[in-house]
Order: sequence, then structure tokens, then C-alpha cells
Amino acid sequence: MSKKIVATTSLAGCFGCHMSLLDIDERILDLIELVEFNKSPIDDIKTFTKQCDIGIIEGGCCNSENVHVLKEFRKNCKILVSVGECAIMGGLPALRNGIDIKECIDEAYLNGPTAKIGNPEGILPNDDELPMILDKVYPCHEIVKIDYFLPGCAPRADLIWNALVALVTGNALELPYEVVKFD
Amino acid sequence: MKATLQTIIEKHQKDATRLMDILLDIQAEHGSVNDEAIALVASQLGISKVDVEQTRSFYHFFTKESAGKYTVYMNDSVVANMKGKAEVVKAFEKEANCKLGSVSADGLIGLFNTACIGMSDQEPAALINGKVFTNLTPAKVKEIVAGFKADKCVKEMITEYGDGQNSSELIKSMVKNNLMKKGAVTFSEYKTGTALRKVVEMNADQIVAEVKTSGIRGRGGAGFPTGLKWDFCRKEAEPVKYVMCNADEGEPGTFKDRVILTEVPALVFEGMTVAGYTIGAKQGILYLRHEYKYLVKYLDKVLEDLRTQNLLGKNIAGKQGFDFDIRIQLGAGAYVCGEESALIESCEGKRGEPRNRPPFPVQKGYMNKPTVINNVETLAHITKIIEKGGAWYKGIGTKESAGTKLLSISGDCEKPGVYEIEWGMTIQQMLDMVGAKDVQAVQVAGPSGTCINPKQFGRAIAYEDLATGGAMTIIGNQRNLLKDVVHNYMDFFVDESCGSCVPCRALSVLMKERLEKVINGHATKNEVNELVEWGSFMKLANRCGLGQTASNPIITTIQNFREKYDALTKDTDYVSEFNMETAVAASCAVVGRKPNLEH
Repeated sequence: MSKKIVATTSLAGCFGCHMSLLDIDERILDLIELVEFNKSPIDDIKTFTKQCDIGIIEGGCCNSENVHVLKEFRKNCKILVSVGECAIMGGLPALRNGIDIKECIDEAYLNGPTAKIGNPEGILPNDDELPMILDKVYPCHEIVKIDYFLPGCAPRADLIWNALVALVTGNALELPYEVVKFD
Repeated sequence: MKATLQTIIEKHQKDATRLMDILLDIQAEHGSVNDEAIALVASQLGISKVDVEQTRSFYHFFTKESAGKYTVYMNDSVVANMKGKAEVVKAFEKEANCKLGSVSADGLIGLFNTACIGMSDQEPAALINGKVFTNLTPAKVKEIVAGFKADKCVKEMITEYGDGQNSSELIKSMVKNNLMKKGAVTFSEYKTGTALRKVVEMNADQIVAEVKTSGIRGRGGAGFPTGLKWDFCRKEAEPVKYVMCNADEGEPGTFKDRVILTEVPALVFEGMTVAGYTIGAKQGILYLRHEYKYLVKYLDKVLEDLRTQNLLGKNIAGKQGFDFDIRIQLGAGAYVCGEESALIESCEGKRGEPRNRPPFPVQKGYMNKPTVINNVETLAHITKIIEKGGAWYKGIGTKESAGTKLLSISGDCEKPGVYEIEWGMTIQQMLDMVGAKDVQAVQVAGPSGTCINPKQFGRAIAYEDLATGGAMTIIGNQRNLLKDVVHNYMDFFVDESCGSCVPCRALSVLMKERLEKVINGHATKNEVNELVEWGSFMKLANRCGLGQTASNPIITTIQNFREKYDALTKDTDYVSEFNMETAVAASCAVVGRKPNLEH
């Protein structure tokens, strides 16, 4: 059986879910026996070089680039998995969803304590090359179809591992209580 | 301000369990319960500020800031909207110069939405400084706002009074009873005190046996056998017990308890006293929803008269040692307080969050003492059962549903109002009775009940078929069922969730948003199927009846009106509502760049 191909990305996330993936410790050696990584921060492949089987998405979408990357993942992966609170619900970044966008931008670039020191001229980022900020932070499944969701902040390593192994081997996912309890 | 606060706190003996009354008085006196008031109340009652604050923030009619010298709470129920609420709101906004949900710049007028105020048969209706205004029109609004501007007292603005006791000196309200059909039990002839004089010759065993014989089941909607409930409570060893009457009639579309309490309140109080005698309680509490505050003075007078007649107080009906009295506890605007354990919490001065069960209220209820809680209608019927006997009552209605039932009928029909019917009537018979033609659906038992389609109109109103607390909302063919009805009901549940159970707090919001996706024509058939799955999760994982039924508006319409969902949904794998152009427009405008949609 050929190895399944996995791609991963962190959109509007903190890389905590990727860290949690690395928390599988020595099982990473088993993992590279099971799968091959394509586009992912883990191997630093920046663009898709082939069709993948599984796409792992950390983080929601806060800007136009996140949306673009997410759509690329949908195009290039058979199965997409939202991993963690931010991908599933928007998470911490979505705290801004109740605040007017102008107020957010003003606070970040004009009024905040660091903005006053770092941006004395009060420049707002408007270069055409920069991603455009969305009106709110969107969970991934509102942009593209997501096949599976792994909850947690971050989901614990065992959950990500169990899910990946189940997806790759086609066996049923083991979900003992300890793996999905959060408090 | 401090002096009046101090007076209020002392009037209630600095008793933390009477926090509701304290905050109600403060709100009435000062037009708000501000942080200064909270700090003082907390220090005087010896509880934390958070304890006070969480009670204030829980109830709709407590406000942190002033809600205007004149506060208009517009009823936002389905029927109010059917009957032209939008036009009335527009008129208020124009005349008062303020947007719905805010206070006018001069602080004169506050305009807010509120959940069903129990006036579905005379919509659009509103509460203005606690007084009920019914059958509102833009023209009437103009007059009302002119009254505000002329500094008139709200009482003076009510010039026409309703029928029956509504026009009595202590009520003086424009509310109409619309009592369209009197039946054999609630609204039949009765001489106050007959039941109590009979009851003092009986022992508790005999009374419970009589109530069990009658087959009466709880009239609030759940239908628990009343005799059994009393029996459980009676057998608890604890010497102190309580009787409570649930008059927190909050299910949108229900208003029959209002008519009972207006026309035959003594029947209810007598029923409570019978319950007190039976279980051995000395105190009863009528928990009255804040929307019916206009009845308090009148009800207090009825209680006073009962005391004078020795039907309440000490040695009732001449029976040595039979002491029982009743106080009225006002709510402050929270649907969930109709849930009995939440009602108890509220009576103890706390947030109306339902308790875990067991223990049940009959074991540990008010103040953790055994407590019987019955609906207004149930207690009224108890009085009649004692008067005429259980067998008489059992002879009315159907096999499993004894007696009569009050229906609150409203919506698209010629004769909305309160009808006392015998259990077993079919929906079609009911529709004919109220002059409803061209009916698309009937919402049975309010939003937490079932929405049925015309093929089901042969079904019977009875516990063995369509159980109901009495709300019947008729929806004509001219309505958009999903948009006008189901969406309004979901809004209601989202607002009224106490927030304690995650599925109720979060999933009801997600279900509402999914419904919006359906209405907007962007959902897939699979997403509708998912709604059904989520609904079963709501039933499984929420603590109280509110949470367990909060998905019913969606679930029962998927069951009975699937074609409406199918017509709006696509048979594709996935549809996104995301639109890049609209999503980036605001931020690009702020930073001053042209959106580049080629990115």
C-alpha cells in the first residue's frame, strides 16, 4: 500500500495545533512510515506538488489569504479536517467579531500602546500585496466543505494521532473519554 | 438615592432570599438598578456584588441604565408580528425619534422588544411602564407619544377598559378577557369557600384519594398526575413545606392563566389552600410573571378578602391549627422561570437557572423544603374537584385526559380568545369553532410544542394525542412559515436560554443560523438532515424542558413541512454563503485600498 499523502497549514491560528501534533513524540517515527507530507510547515513545502489524501487545517479565516489557502487545500486534498477551536469556531481571533472593523484597525495601528511607538506616522497597511482583512473571522466550514472536526485547544496529541491513523488505515477511530475531555 | 435604597432594603428585612423584591422595588423607584445600587444592596445583604449583579443581569426587566422615563416594551411574538407590529414599531421610532432597542437622546422614551406578554388575542401589544396597551396602531402610537411629551402619567393614557374585572378599580386595564367559551370546570358557577369548608372535614388521605380519582394532570403542559405529586410531597418527613402556584405564563401564545387570575383568582387561592392543608404547608407563593404586574393590587385585595372570610390565615374555616397564607412573588422577565426548579431559584432571589433533578421539588424545593408546584389552572380545578368530587371530574373529557382544558387561541382566525373545552376535541373542530379558514399550520402548545400540518387536523387535543398547556397559534396560508414563524421562535429560544447547558446556549444559535441559511436558499439537503441530528442532541444533553424543546420549532417543521425545506435547499454536496467582495469591503475602505479580488 502506498503511503497516504498529508498536507497541513495554520491559517488564523497560533501553531498550537501543529505543536500538539508534534507532541506525538516518538510516534513521529511511525508517522513517517505511514504518511508522506506535502505542503506543510513541517517539511516547509510551500506549494502543493501533488494531489493529497488528507489536509489538516489549523486556524480559521481572518483574511483573504487564509481563504485562498483554504480553497487550495480543498482543491488538492480528498479529505479536509478542521483541527482545533479556531478552525472549527473561529477561536480566540474571533473575539474581534463583535467589534467594528474600523475600531479593530485603529486600535492595532493607531491607538494601541505599541502602535503609537511603532507607527508614529499612523500608516494603515494598504499595500496591494498584503492580504485583505475580512469583516469577521470565519470558521473553515463556512468557506469550504470540511469533512471532519477534531475539537480542542489544542486537540491533544493522542486525538490527532488516533484520527490520523484511523483515516490512513481505514480503521474505526478510537475515542476514549480521556482524549476528548477538556476540563 | 441612597436613602430610598436603604428604605427599600430595610422594607425587605435585608433578606437575601428576597433579592427579587428588592431589585424590583429599586427598578420601579429609580428606573434602573445601577452599580451604585448593586454595591449598596450587596453590602447590606451580606452577599457579594456578583451575587446581586447576576440576578440583575438575568432578568429582562432589570436594567443597568435608565430605560427611559417612559419605557415601551413591544411584544415581539409571532402573532404580534402577524398583526402589524412592524408598523407600530416604525410609528414609535418616528414619533419618539429613537431606534428600537434604545432610549431617545433626551432620555424620555425607551423602545425595546420583549418576549410574548400574554396578549396574543389582542395584538399588537406593548407594556408601557408596566401598563398593558393592546391593539396598537400607528395612529394610537402618535397619541401615546404625544402623551409622553406632555408629561402625562401612563395611567391617564388608558381611557377605555376591558371587560369583566379588567375595568374594576384595582385593575383599570384595557386588556380584554375574550372569554369565548365557558366550560363545566374553570368558569362554572362557584361559591368561594365551599371546597375549603368541605376539606376541613376530610383528612389528607381522603383528599389525595379524591384528587387521584379525578385523574387530573398538570395543566402547565407536562401533564404530571397532580394526586401523585401531592402524595409524594405529603410523605416527606420534613415538617416545613410549601405550596407554589406557577403563574409565570411565558409560553408564547398562552394567555389563559391571565384570564383565570382576572376573573376567578379566589378559585386558584382556594386550590392552593387545599394543597397546603393536604401536604401540611403553612405558606404558599403565587409566582406571577412581571408582565401581569398590573394584576397585583387586585390579587392582593382578593387575598385580603379571603383572610376576612377566614378562608386564609389562622384556623381556616374554623379548623383549629389549619393555618395557611399566600404571598405574591413577582418575576422580572424570564421565560425559563416557568420551569419549576428555575421558578424556585427565582423565588429565592437568584438567577432563574433550572436545578439538577433529582432531588425533585417535592423532595427539596423552595428553601430546600418539600414543595408542591402547580399551574394556575390545575389549582383552580382542584377547588372544583373538592366541591363536586373526583368522579364528576373524571366523567369529563377522555380516558387519559380528565376534565376540561383552557385553550389560548390566537393567530389567523376570526375569534381569538380563551376557550374552555373538553379534552378530546379535534384540531379541525377547534378551527371551525374559532372561525379559521385557509390554515397552513397550527402551532400546538407554543414554540416548545409541535407544528402540525392540515393532514393532522383530525388529531385530538388530549394527553394521549396532542398534549398541550393550551397555546394554539393558527398560521394561515398567507404566512411564510419558516421566516415568519419558525425563525421568530428560534430567536425567542436563543434569547431565553439561561446559558447553563452548552448545547442550549450554543447549538440553538447554530440551529438558528442554519435556518437562516435555509431561508436564504444557500443550504443543502444534507444540512437540513444535520439539523435533525442536532435536535436529538438538544433533547439528550440539556438539563431542563426549555433546552430539550428549544429545537422543536425546527425539528417539528422538518417532520411536518419537509417540502418547505426541500423547496429552499439544494441537492448538492456543499454551498458556502461566503462572499469575498462583501467580506473585505469594510476593511479596505478603512485602510484606503481598492479590493483586489484576483488575489
